[in-house]
Amino acid sequence: MPSTAPVEVERPASDVRPDLPWITIVWNDPVNLMSYVTYVFQTVFGYPRDKAEKLMLDVHHKGKAVVSSGTREEMERDVQILHSYGLWATVQQDSAS
Amino acid sequence: MSTGFHPSATGVTAEFDAAEVSILRSLADMILGLVEPGGTSEDPLERALSVGSSEAPEDPALARLFPSAYADDEQAAEFRRFTEAGLRDGKRADAQVVRETAVVGTIALTAEQGRAWMRALNDVRLTLGTRLEITEDVHDELAGMPEDDPRYPAFVTYDWLTYLQDTLVRALW
Repeated sequence: MPSTAPVEVERPASDVRPDLPWITIVWNDPVNLMSYVTYVFQTVFGYPRDKAEKLMLDVHHKGKAVVSSGTREEMERDVQILHSYGLWATVQQDSAS
Repeated sequence: MSTGFHPSATGVTAEFDAAEVSILRSLADMILGLVEPGGTSEDPLERALSVGSSEAPEDPALARLFPSAYADDEQAAEFRRFTEAGLRDGKRADAQVVRETAVVGTIALTAEQGRAWMRALNDVRLTLGTRLEITEDVHDELAGMPEDDPRYPAFVTYDWLTYLQDTLVRALW
């Protein structure tokens, strides 16, 4: 992701309801803006801005982030909405389960 | 040159000149030409249910606009079959909003229209970005690019769209 100033945050972002077996992953790409990705995470998931920014920075720096978890149906719905916003999102069963 | 989007009491506003409107409209048309309507199946039942193709698009730009949701091909195909048609219609509807509201002078958009613009600008940037094979360093690359480089006009347009989308996100926040 290009542009905009990074923000200092600490909490690990991957622990979104880790007890459930299906996860939605968002992958980094060179087009989607950091501001836009943060906005989408806030809008789609209702996450507070700091959590949305942390997830966005994980995508940007680590190449991907787990942005939600739940039932397979819930994750497919999340991925469909993220695709409507042009984010590169995939569904998979959590390897830990 | 446009100063981008600004928040307003009822949504967002921006000012465009004739050249900018012409670019925005032609890019919206590019999306409408690239992304076919969802309900185009030969089978009337499939059409009614918005069931579409299960095959990933060959065009890299379309493949980026409609990515595979699963690493497994079979699961990806099944997901695509039931989602891509609706996604196509959504992207077309967003591009249509830009087509209809991009006019010379000051434009005032509702927040909902603003979000349609935001997604449409993203679709255009994803398409151009794929075609131009841009990297995260596109802004710096443009700064060092001679104006007679054949890629220069497209990169300038891409950079302007990036700026426009960023101001729109911030105006909607």
